[in-house]
Parts: sequence; structure tokens; C-alpha cells
Amino acid sequence: MTEAPPRPAPAAPVRDHGAHREADPHDDGVAGTGRAVGSGVLRYGGAERATGAQQYVADLPFPDAAQVAFVTLPVARARITAIDTSAALALPGVVAVLTADDLPQPVPRFGISHQDRPVIADGEVVFHGEPAAVVLAETVDQARAASRAVVVHHEPLPGVYTLEAALAPDAPLVHHPSVRPASGPAADSNVLDDAHYAWGDLEAESARADVVVENTYSFPMVTHFPIEPGGTVVVPTADGGVEVYSPVQHPYLLQRVLAKVLDLPLTKVRVLAPDPGGGFGGKQNPRYEPLMAFLALRTGRTCRLVHSLEDTFAMMRRAACRIHARTGFASDGTVLTHELRADYLIGAYADVAPRVMSKGSYVGAGPYRIPAVRIDARAVLSNTTPSTAFRGFGCPQVAWATESQMDAAARALGLSGLEIRRRNLIGRGEAFVRGECPAPSDGDWLESLEKAAALIDHDAPRPPGRGVGIAVAIKPGATSGLSQSLVRLLYDGSALAYAGTSDMGQGARTLWQQILADELGVGLDAVSVVSGDTDRVPFDLQTSASRSTVFMGNAVLAACRDIRAQVLELFAEATETPVELLGEGPGVLLTPEGELPLPEAARIALGSLRGEFVGRGTSRMRGRSAHPLGGDAAFYEFNCTAIEVEVDTDTGELLLLKHVSVSDVGTELNPLQVVSQDEGASIMGLGHSQMEQLLVGEDGVIRNLGALDYRIPTFKDVPVELVTAAVANADGPGPYGSKGISEGALLCTAGALGAAVTDAAGVVLRDLPITPERVWRALHDQTD
Amino acid sequence: MTTFAATGPSPDHEDPAVTVSTTVNGEHRTMSVPAHRTLLEALRDQLALTGSKTCCAEGECGACTVILDGHPVTSCLVLAVEAEGREVTTVEGLAPQPGELSDLQEEFLAAGAVQCGFCIPGQVVAAECLLRANPTPSTAEIREGMSGNLCRCASYERIVCAVHATAERRAGA
Repeated sequence: MTEAPPRPAPAAPVRDHGAHREADPHDDGVAGTGRAVGSGVLRYGGAERATGAQQYVADLPFPDAAQVAFVTLPVARARITAIDTSAALALPGVVAVLTADDLPQPVPRFGISHQDRPVIADGEVVFHGEPAAVVLAETVDQARAASRAVVVHHEPLPGVYTLEAALAPDAPLVHHPSVRPASGPAADSNVLDDAHYAWGDLEAESARADVVVENTYSFPMVTHFPIEPGGTVVVPTADGGVEVYSPVQHPYLLQRVLAKVLDLPLTKVRVLAPDPGGGFGGKQNPRYEPLMAFLALRTGRTCRLVHSLEDTFAMMRRAACRIHARTGFASDGTVLTHELRADYLIGAYADVAPRVMSKGSYVGAGPYRIPAVRIDARAVLSNTTPSTAFRGFGCPQVAWATESQMDAAARALGLSGLEIRRRNLIGRGEAFVRGECPAPSDGDWLESLEKAAALIDHDAPRPPGRGVGIAVAIKPGATSGLSQSLVRLLYDGSALAYAGTSDMGQGARTLWQQILADELGVGLDAVSVVSGDTDRVPFDLQTSASRSTVFMGNAVLAACRDIRAQVLELFAEATETPVELLGEGPGVLLTPEGELPLPEAARIALGSLRGEFVGRGTSRMRGRSAHPLGGDAAFYEFNCTAIEVEVDTDTGELLLLKHVSVSDVGTELNPLQVVSQDEGASIMGLGHSQMEQLLVGEDGVIRNLGALDYRIPTFKDVPVELVTAAVANADGPGPYGSKGISEGALLCTAGALGAAVTDAAGVVLRDLPITPERVWRALHDQTD
Repeated sequence: MTTFAATGPSPDHEDPAVTVSTTVNGEHRTMSVPAHRTLLEALRDQLALTGSKTCCAEGECGACTVILDGHPVTSCLVLAVEAEGREVTTVEGLAPQPGELSDLQEEFLAAGAVQCGFCIPGQVVAAECLLRANPTPSTAEIREGMSGNLCRCASYERIVCAVHATAERRAGA
């Protein structure tokens, strides 16, 4: 037994934001040249956030609003036999109590992949926290008091809360067959959907294998835990429509769903989306907005609901996963076969979870050159919080297994984790998914691996008790998309971008500001960005999958270039200059007399009538039906993470000495924001790797509900040294060669941490999170 | 068949309002609040100071941090009536003038610490208190001193940089 080592002295404090960032020679080509793009332009809207002036949904004043409270049951699954609202209605301030009986019959259902979610529980609640009734009252206190006075007569029903229970032959069905699609893989089971990917000759390749490793891994249920729990306000309008305030990532999807459920034209459903205070995938899809809209239309009142953090635990989570992997290797470490069975434990409604399962497992074999692969994945319903998109979208689960398998083989063959990855990592242009729709690498991923290895000093000798792990992973970007943007260049040289991307912390508007500044030659201060209002801003499909830089970025860029072409044409007309003598470039009009700043050229072109230029930009990527994902990924997020850890064998505690994350970013449009996203994702990845898990009791009720009992990383959980770096080869499909980057740094955190713990302490952990208790138990099992 | 009530009705009593006189961001303010209202609720609902945020409502996340008589408190765990006769500073009171930023707020932006921004008011207030108590904190001291403020965007390293930068600025001032 040894003394716990003292925490190493922290790195010297530094002023420059980039000091924790490894310098990249590719940066020089863009940064420091005076251009807005490529420099660390400060966050658009940052000052409002730092002073408290930024208004999130709960901060918006609605003086006449009535307040909403849900009536929930203390069980996960129950049949509702009767609801007695009389006592509640008699309480002071109560405006209305609404149940399924007050809605159109059958109660409308909505959803993304399946139309399975009722506006309010319809005869049955299927997970803990699902509202059975909803109360509207003048004050929050009155609404809550009345919600407690609603008597819901109910009969508890058996539910399934684990994969084992949900997959048992006699398992109660989470979904009544009437709301299941007939085309599902197993209509009489809880398997909602499945996905299968295979290539190569498994039998033949297996015969060549010298080493086969076979293991089962688990990844926990974790919750998004946005610091802004969120809420919804619905204002009924004079024309019979609604204005809906909700901090959603997809305002246009919410508009479409509401219009359908309420049977209203899109023009009567206006979604105003205040900036989300953190999304991480949890604020993508509609949940209670349809219920709020019915309530507002029935009562004629503005209805306001502000969620608690505890509410969000019953609203969104990441799918848990159990992965069984069998992987064959040649004696030189070449991976020959990889078989994965991944069962994602999704919740009581489909939400977007089937897509999480199919898209995540699609890259289950990792960024490797593997001749024969078979992946079988399932989305399994359970009576728990519906799982949804969560940063990484199903990829961290399978990457945990695949990366751990690589390390298991490396140990068996006497190779390092670095070396086995060097030997198997795919090269640019080579297909890591083979078959009819091959997926080729779109980056120099070996460069990221070597960079991370150098930054962690991978092969350096380390004292006993310390270890290093290195892992890689990929995530497919969007497989189809549509973003439309308008840009206006005004007479005085100021400019407006209308871009529907939700700015939830990734800093999207800052990028649009930078692009306008460079492309139109206007000052950053002269640019405004308008978003979050479906009445004013053109369509954007989604803010998800790290797509906005690429899709909306290209749309904004196209709108700027549209303006330049218009300025050229009108300038020619106004000055009677032959068009062929004119040209345009970023921020300038080229005339026979020389370069004119574009705003000046625009003023000359507009002349005494003034007016403005309106540019339009569209970025559209259609999928293709033959592709198993419905389309090729626009790009791949690739990340290499390396971790150095010290294990306290007395307590099982981990001291993270150094964490290195290298992401392939294409081009850093804003290096400061890339650092923020990479560091943030790294630490979020440490959350699910080290400490986070939702604990569901045998009754289906979450046991660690709220911030006291559910731990997320704090300042004190940050590794002693946290280093992020980018590989930037300008090889992405976005503006200036950029790619999306917001998820990469958490894809393979778990694999790197697990390998580091094994290297340090000799124990292998296959269940996340790697808690001190699990490490301690593994150490004791080993010595017994 | 067994039937259960969801939960029994509980008596609801609206506490009578109490008048609370306090100083908020240097101005004398009078609030009229029931005794069970928290300082956070009173600041947000009565005084429309919505910079202090509600997340966990149980003193764990720090999003509601304000300065009460010079000390940082999670205002969700302080009753409004406890502020009687005391001095409260919220995030809205840190800048020298409305529309301006404090040096610390500037450094938060310069360091890239502000992502979604929801926790940032609490972070800025907590960091201000830390710097007043310890003008030249080490990285370890910053991590310890700020550990009551959660950030799900995990801007932790950025905030450490911002606090260091502010300390340097103040030392040089």
C-alpha cells in the first residue's frame, strides 16, 4: 500500500486562451491576417450572457400568463381508471384541469420516427414522470397545489426497466401493438427497430485469426442535465393560432408537429425559440409543447410552464447500451473480423432513438480497415424516460466496446494501444464501411493519432501506478439536410443575417457574423444575426449532428455571394460600366479603377433611391434511398483522445494527470470556439466514463433524481492538464474547408480512460462508468 | 382491482406577504414577499433581476449565486426575508455602468468561457467573490473555490484562464 500521491502542481497560469492549445502550423494561413474567419472572434451575444441580460425562456415576462403544473403518478407504468378533478377545480386560482378526455379522440399522437407519443397520457402512463393530467392556475403555487388535489385512480401495471426484462420472452409490451408499425422487426416484442451491417467473409477471415477476443460491455443511461432546465410558453393569438416560446434546437420541426397535431396551417403556428441554455441533443424534439398548445387554445390564456431540473430527468436521456463483441486479429495485430451485437435500451416512446441506434451502430466497427464485419443492433423499448439524441448520437456506446477490444488484442499480442491502431487505422479515401454503399475516410486520421500520441508522450516510461490509454472514434455527420438563409446588406454598410440555427452554446451566430464580415467587407460590429423566430427567419431543418457550420454556413456564404453578384450587376448599370470590366471578391468589388470596398460599391450602385441588397442562400443535401442511413454522411467527425491516469489502489480513485483530445476539424473558423467545444466535450465524455449514471429502481422510478444525487463533472474533475489540438487540412465540405466539430471529443473518452486504467493498475473494466468502487472491486477480485 | 390516489391533496396556505427592505446592487429596494419565498424567487419575480438563474433549486449548481454582505450564497437556499437590512449584489451589479462589462466579465469573453451562458452569471459572481478573497489564486485554488458552480458546457478551463487573467489585470492596475 502506498500513500496517495500529491496532486501535481498545476500548469503555470496563462493569459492567452490559446496557451492550453497546441499550436498548429495550418492555423497561420488563416489566423492573424486580419480576416474575421479564422480568428478568435468573441462570442456573438457573449456580453449579454456575462452580464445576465440574456433572456432565456424562464426570464421572458408574461404578466398575464397562467401557470401550468403536471399531475404525475408515483409509479412507472399504470392503467388510469378515472381522474377526479373536482377538488382541484375548487381550489383558489385554478383555471382549468385538462386530461385526455378533453382532447380530440383518439388522443393525437406525434413523434419523429414513430407517431407514438400521445399529447397526454391516454388511459395509461408508460414511464415515471409522464403527466396524467395538467393543471392551469393563476400562480405557480396554486397550480402545484391543485396538481396535488387531482385524484388519479390507477392500477399499477408490470413494466420493464432493463434490457434483460424487456427482452424476456414473456415481457410485458411497452407499446400496445396498435401504436407499433406493422413493419417493425418484432411486433410482438419490445424490439422497436433493428439495424444490420455486414461485409466480407467472416468465416474465411476468422479462420486466419491468431487471436480472438470476445467480451461484453455496458454503457449507462445518462441524462443531459442542461443547466437551463427549460420550459414552454404558449400564447393563443387572435386568429386562432398560437405563438410558442420554447428553447428548442429545431424550431421548424416543432412548428410542423404543432401544425399537424392542432390541424392548423404553418402560418398560424409561430415558434419563437429563445437561445437554449444548453441543448446537447436534449432539446431537439417536441414533448409537451402540443399539450401546452391545446391548453392555451382551450382556455384562451397564455400558458407558462417552467421545468425543474428533476423534470428534465423524466424528459430526456442517452440510451444505455449493452454490446457483445467478438474480434479476430492476425498475430501482427491486423484486425480481421469484428462482430458486434449492440442492444440500445431506449425509453417508452421512440423519439429519435431508433435513428440513434442505426446511425451509431453504423460506425460500430470504428475507423479501421477490417475485411469482415457483422453488426447487429436493436432499439429496445422500456418503461423509462424516452431516450433521445445526446451529443455523440449512439456512437460513444459502440466505440467503448470496439476501442476496448482493440486494447484487449494489443495486450494479448504484446503491442501498445498506439501501435495496434497505427496498423489498422484507415487511410484517406479508403472505405471503413464496405459493401454496396462504402463509406470512405474523408480525413488524414493517422495524423490525429500521431499528434495525440506525441502530446501525451505515449511511449515514455511511467512509474508504477500510472498508465496511458489512447483511443479513436468517428461519428457520421448529417446524411441529408436543408438550410436556407437570407442576408441583407443595408445602405449604411451594416448587414443582417437571417439564419435559423439555434445558438445553444456552440456559437453558431458568431460564425455567421464572421462570414458576413469577410464576404461583404463589413465590420463585425455592423453585423446582426436574427434567429429563433419561424415568422421572420427562413427554414432550417435542424440544429443537430454538428451540421450547422457546414449546412447553414454554406447557406450564409451563398447568400453573401449572391449579394456580391447583385452589387456587381447594379453597379455596372448605375455607373454605365460594362459588366465584363467588373469583378468581385471577398469584401470587394473590382473595378477598372481598382478595388472598392463592397459596402461603398453597394452605395454607389443603390444611388439616391437607397434601398438594400437581399441575398439568398440555400444548402440542400438530398439523401439517397439506397443508402442504409438514407444518405452518405456529409463529413465524419474524427477524434483521438489520449489519457494519462494514476490509480490509487487503496481507494480505486483515479487522478487524471493529462487529457489530450485531437479533432479533425477541416478548418478552424473560430479557434476560440473550437477550443471551448473540444474541452467541453472532453469533460462531458469524462462524465459518462467516470461518474454519471441514472439509477432506476425495480419500480422504474429514477433513484438519483436531481443535482444532489446525480453527479456531473465539476471544476475539480477537470484533468490536471487538459490539452486540445486540431488537425486542420481544409478538407471539409463547409465554408473554407470546415467540418462540424461539436461532438468528436467525447466519442472515445471511455475507451482511452479504460485503457489507461488497465495500463496503470492491470485491471480491465467493461462496465461504465469507471467509478472508484468498480476499480477497487476489480483490484480486489484480482488479488483474491 | 386496487386503486390509488396519485397523491393526497395537501393543504395549501399562501403565506401573507412580508415587507423586506434591502439594498440590491447599491439601490434601496423594498420587496413584498411571502415568508417562504427564496431570495432567488424574489430577485427574479419581484425585482425583475433575471440574471440569477434557476437550475437545481437545491444549492448544488451555483447558477443562482449572488453576493450577500460580501459573501457568495446560493440564493435558492436563502429566504428573501433573510435579506432584510442586508446588501445584495447580483450579476447585474458587477459592471461599472449599465451596458459595460467588468474586467472579469471581459476576461470571461476573451477566454472563450461563455458558451450557452446559462451558468455564467453564477460563475462570474462566484469568481468575483473568489478574487476579492484571494486576489492571486493558483489554478488549484480556482478549481477548489469554483467547485460549487456547475457548467454542463464544461467551460471550466476557460473560466480558470479568465480568473487568472483578471487577477493579472488587477495586480497590474
